[in-house]
Amino acid sequence: MGLETRSDQRPLSTLHDRSSYDLGDFEVPAGREEEWRFTPLRRLRGLHNGTAEPHGKVLVEADAAPEVTVESVGRDDARIGKSYVPADRVSAQAWNSFTQATVVTVPKEAVASAPTILRVRGEDASSAAYGHTTVVVEPFAEATVVLAHRGSATYADNVEFVVGDGARLSVISLQDWAHDSVHVSHQHARLGRDARFVSHNISLGGDVVRISPSVAYDRPGGDAELYGVYFVDGGQHLEHRLLVDHAVPNCRSRVDYRGALQDQDAHAVWIGDVIIRAEAEGTDTYELNRNLVLTDGTRVDSVPNLEILTGEVAGAGHASASGRLDDEHLFYLQARGISFDEARRMVVRGFLGQLIERIEVAEVRDKVIEAIEEELDRGAAR
Amino acid sequence: MATLEIRDLHVSVGDGADATEILRGVDLTVQAGETHAIMGPNGSGKSTLAYAIAGHPKYEVTSGSVTLDGEDVLAMSVDERARAGLFLAMQYPVEVPGVSVSNFLRSAVTAVRGEAPKLREFSKEMKQAMDALAIDPAFAQRSLNEGFSGGEKKRHEILQLEMLRPKVAILDETDSGLDVDALKVVSEGITRFASGDTGVLLITHYTRILRYVKPDFVHVFSAGRLVAEGGPELADELEEEGYEKYTKAGASL
Repeated sequence: MGLETRSDQRPLSTLHDRSSYDLGDFEVPAGREEEWRFTPLRRLRGLHNGTAEPHGKVLVEADAAPEVTVESVGRDDARIGKSYVPADRVSAQAWNSFTQATVVTVPKEAVASAPTILRVRGEDASSAAYGHTTVVVEPFAEATVVLAHRGSATYADNVEFVVGDGARLSVISLQDWAHDSVHVSHQHARLGRDARFVSHNISLGGDVVRISPSVAYDRPGGDAELYGVYFVDGGQHLEHRLLVDHAVPNCRSRVDYRGALQDQDAHAVWIGDVIIRAEAEGTDTYELNRNLVLTDGTRVDSVPNLEILTGEVAGAGHASASGRLDDEHLFYLQARGISFDEARRMVVRGFLGQLIERIEVAEVRDKVIEAIEEELDRGAAR
Repeated sequence: MATLEIRDLHVSVGDGADATEILRGVDLTVQAGETHAIMGPNGSGKSTLAYAIAGHPKYEVTSGSVTLDGEDVLAMSVDERARAGLFLAMQYPVEVPGVSVSNFLRSAVTAVRGEAPKLREFSKEMKQAMDALAIDPAFAQRSLNEGFSGGEKKRHEILQLEMLRPKVAILDETDSGLDVDALKVVSEGITRFASGDTGVLLITHYTRILRYVKPDFVHVFSAGRLVAEGGPELADELEEEGYEKYTKAGASL
């Protein structure tokens, strides 16, 4: 067996091979690096090279479930930065630059009776702001957390989700920024034994949005479902980079990201990395990315990477497909009297709706549906 | 009284130098209340006739005319044709992920009737139509045609037919891929529909369905044209003798 590794060894992957709290450990990206080659660095406003002025204003306002506590803490709080070590330059910059962090705690065995909502609002995109959020779900507790990003910002942050043994966390991160915003974020989940984690990333607004969700399993039995819906308009760059690191046996992961693109220079990037290490026997994983191209002039980069270092997997697969609206779908609906525009809407709604309907918070779900309709109106208005 | 008139219809596929003429002058009139069977060997152009009438973008009408009650069908978009009263039951209905059968039917009924049916009445109507075709009501919430068997897809085509109540329905090999039970259910649906004030154009390769759906006229299609016409007895003759004499006749044209 030539592929045996121990989990303290690096996987064969050339990606995600370094993590550090020290900014100096990361060179300023030049754009040719594998993890930066799709990102328009010039539009990051210096978040990646230290030139960004840290005078931006991003406010976090919390609406907590009664069972859940939300605190604003300083850099020295012992609970933050425990589960996640920055994995790239911007992430390290955010770690070294934030002044206030938000800590969400769901106490042991508590079942939250309502979603906890963190409203992250940018008030000025001309200067950079940095953030840190740590969500701790203690053993056997259950909660839903909504991260709603709005307004104008140049914002880099790290989010940690620590899901204890037998606990359950559902997260909906809504990137509904104003058109002048830049957002670069890492969202790292660490799962205990039999922990369950469901994540929805909904990316709609912003000039450049780059979200890197990752999952690590501490103990067997962890289950992660990562869903994403994005709608990219002309000139927008929306990037999602996923990493699921199976390092212990008998864990499960599902990834399903779907996006629609319309108009000139709409750019979607999806990177799906899944590593199944030698000791992660019995892993069950599947990742999928699909893109629906609605007009000319758009660009999709979709790269699934699956590294399997053990022969004992329960299931491992990936798929990526990007294409135009299917003429046969449109013909079929039109042949039943439905107009071209309505047929187009029905197909796009159906395509994204299969993920949107999984969002458990009705209020958020309705907002997302409404936002998609607005995007479709924009497409139809031309 | 609805009338579909097809005159000297020529249809090609492909562009420019690659264009191939498939229909080479088709004349046919379908009146309300009539059932016409179009029979012919594979590759004779039967399906092309169906898709050209429905307006599929792959097929280019190079000359001739198609009118429905005097209105120029060829000048209409695909959806306008459907709203004018034409219906094409497809041989291979496509799967549309995330669009439920009930949502699709309601959108189609709204478009064709010109107003949204009341939800309660619509649900009742859909349930009755599904019962008549022995379709499990659970299908209403499933994605359109996704994971349906061949027979289930065909039943849903007839379900749409019954709910949209077109003036003229073209059924493209609706009988293919059906077992005998499904064939009976589907045939009953077609007969129910055909006995009304509508015209039916039944395109088929096999005579089997004609034991259940009685045509008024049988046409033989070969090499892009109608080469023979008769009553139901023509179907019996084809059953016994096959298409051979007509394919030869077509080839010599």
